[in-house]
Amino acid sequence: MDERERPIDPAGTYGRPGRSAMPARGGGVPSRSHDDGSHGSSRDLQIAAALVLGGAVGTIFGAKALRERRTGHPDDDAPMTAARRQGGDFDLVGRSVTINKPRAELYAFWRDFSNLPQVMENVERIEPKGAKINNWVIDAPAGRTVNVVTETVDDVKDERIGWRSTPDSDIQTHGHVTFRDAPGGRGTYVDLVIAYDPPLGEMGRLAAKLFQREPEIQARRDLKRFKMLMETGEVATSRNRKAS
Amino acid sequence: MRALTWHGTHDVRVDSVPDPEIVNPRDAVIKVTSTAICGSDLHLYDGVIPGMQSGDVLGHEFMGEVVETGSKSTLKKGQRVVIPFTISCGSCFFCEKQQYSACDNSNPVAKQDASEALYGHAMSGLFGYSHLTGGYAGGQAEYVRVPFSDVGPLVVPDHLEDDKVLFLTDILPTGWMAADNADIEPEDTVAVWGCGPVGLFAVQSALLMGAHKVIAIDHYPHRLELAKKLGAETIDFQKTDVREALMEMTGGIGPDAVIDAVGMESHGFGVQNVFDSAKQKVGIGADRPDALRQAILACRKGGRVSMPGVYGGLVDKFPLGALMEKGLQLRTGQTHVQRYIKDLMDRIEKGEIDTTFLISHHLPLEEAPTGYKNFSEKQNEWTKVVLRPGQ
Ligand SMILES: NC(=O)c1ccc[n+]([C@@H]2O[C@H](COP(=O)([O-])OP(=O)(O)OC[C@H]3O[C@@H](n4cnc5c(N)ncnc54)[C@H](O)[C@@H]3O)[C@@H](O)[C@H]2O)c1
Ligand SMILES: [Zn+2]
Ligand SMILES: [Zn+2]
Repeated sequence: MDERERPIDPAGTYGRPGRSAMPARGGGVPSRSHDDGSHGSSRDLQIAAALVLGGAVGTIFGAKALRERRTGHPDDDAPMTAARRQGGDFDLVGRSVTINKPRAELYAFWRDFSNLPQVMENVERIEPKGAKINNWVIDAPAGRTVNVVTETVDDVKDERIGWRSTPDSDIQTHGHVTFRDAPGGRGTYVDLVIAYDPPLGEMGRLAAKLFQREPEIQARRDLKRFKMLMETGEVATSRNRKAS
Repeated sequence: MRALTWHGTHDVRVDSVPDPEIVNPRDAVIKVTSTAICGSDLHLYDGVIPGMQSGDVLGHEFMGEVVETGSKSTLKKGQRVVIPFTISCGSCFFCEKQQYSACDNSNPVAKQDASEALYGHAMSGLFGYSHLTGGYAGGQAEYVRVPFSDVGPLVVPDHLEDDKVLFLTDILPTGWMAADNADIEPEDTVAVWGCGPVGLFAVQSALLMGAHKVIAIDHYPHRLELAKKLGAETIDFQKTDVREALMEMTGGIGPDAVIDAVGMESHGFGVQNVFDSAKQKVGIGADRPDALRQAILACRKGGRVSMPGVYGGLVDKFPLGALMEKGLQLRTGQTHVQRYIKDLMDRIEKGEIDTTFLISHHLPLEEAPTGYKNFSEKQNEWTKVVLRPGQ
């Protein structure tokens, strides 16, 4: 597999990509206190996350087809998530971060999904429901929560993990994370890609428009929190007091 | 607790704010015994640094006593510590390279977006220095929460009183790194623009590093006098044509290394500086780099430019051609305090470096606004203000 190309997922981890994000919620670990969001209120983010998750799974695209469709010219070495927007009808969220830790350690943390709420802002908790099944409880507006049940569909030890929601979930999502050795002893390149359809309905479309950038911001912030937690054992905050 | 808070341009007040607590495991809480006002604080005071919010607690040069420790802190209650103004995790790629002020993990994630957009990469966390660098409450206060307290703080021996070690937090290492970045060789002549605290420590450091001659430039007689006492020759830029003088004082060669210890609020009477001033006032993001322009023009061919002075935005009429055609080297950055602090404390302890000559005024914390006003407006006499909380 060409490392520079996003892997074409044999197990069909990606649905038709749409606009969305890592669902996220504040978990400054272990204090669970979060930095004081300078970009939009946490409520906005929650709304955005909940709405963008409201899409439905569509056709499955391979990475190359996707890139061609997005950019019209497939042949540079950049990851497709860096393609300039062409105003297409779907979107894809992807982010990379380098973490100064061995692959195995990062993989092990991620493989235990119940760890993820520590770095994902809008995820309340993730409960294992079997070897490959996890129930994500995600904060939604008006104090509600939504449930997403994911199945781990791709799992290569110390290399990658892919998941997709099961049909009976409240909402649908797909994602995968890969771990590659970074050169020069810099640790591990961690790439996260999440795909969604835009949400359905008039309200959904409106909201998706309003919060279009939020998913990318969420993915970036979640990965940075992951990096902080793995490298320093905590998530930086400028709060001066414990959250009450 | 009481703390100096920012409310707008030239509006700082001492307010009551909630006491800090331990939030993360590596935190400590420090009871501040001494804290200084820095030239960098004047950029905030003058409203030329973006990302400030009303009520922000200022101050990044502080020391005190450990009063609380998190479960992963290596400090002990009662220890006296000086705190680097740069907040650094100690374990990221940058910290491992001792580029502490580039730490990846100290600026809270949500705060990183702004500097990432502005500079292409997120800045690290700094105490009391706008939300671009984390929005951390600063040290001009009775208490401070210190993150990564197992990495930054340096324990100081009891026989070294506060005034002797306080400047390890910023300006002494900053002057030292300024000289370090100038790659000084034994018979070099080094010119330093600005005889504020940073410039004066750069003078002292350059001489300690073996410079043959250091030429200090300012327009305040008393500050120039301090530079002279440290062993520098001086130029008063109000009375003398600086470039002309530097050429004559170096046999027509120009200084081997130049140091801009002035930064984005350069004083000056040239036409360009008047334009820069106007642009800075209307807030279109232009810095005033007059001293830097002069320094680059004066520097000898193949020489070194070191720029500890702080800049925040864009500059006009930057002599890029001179930099390129003369083959100059330019080095800069927020100081990697943790890289230098231990060595500098040893030098203080051995009596090689004295920093107390700089302090012109001690004030109680309650009088901090007076300190800001005078450090800003009466720079000749007010060379450094040390605040003492709880007095
Ligand atoms: N890199 C860092 O980490 C770091 C740390 C601390 C301070 N700084 C910066 O260093 C700079 C100096 O700090 P300071 O505390 O000494 O400030 P300061 O304001 O006390 O001193 C600045 C001095 O520069 C002089 N000056 C102004 N225009 C000049 C010109 N055109 N030519 C020659 N001299 C001129 C002023 O008269 C003044 O004496 C500031 O920009 C500050 O933000 C940087
Ligand atoms: Zn300072
Ligand atoms: Zn670091």
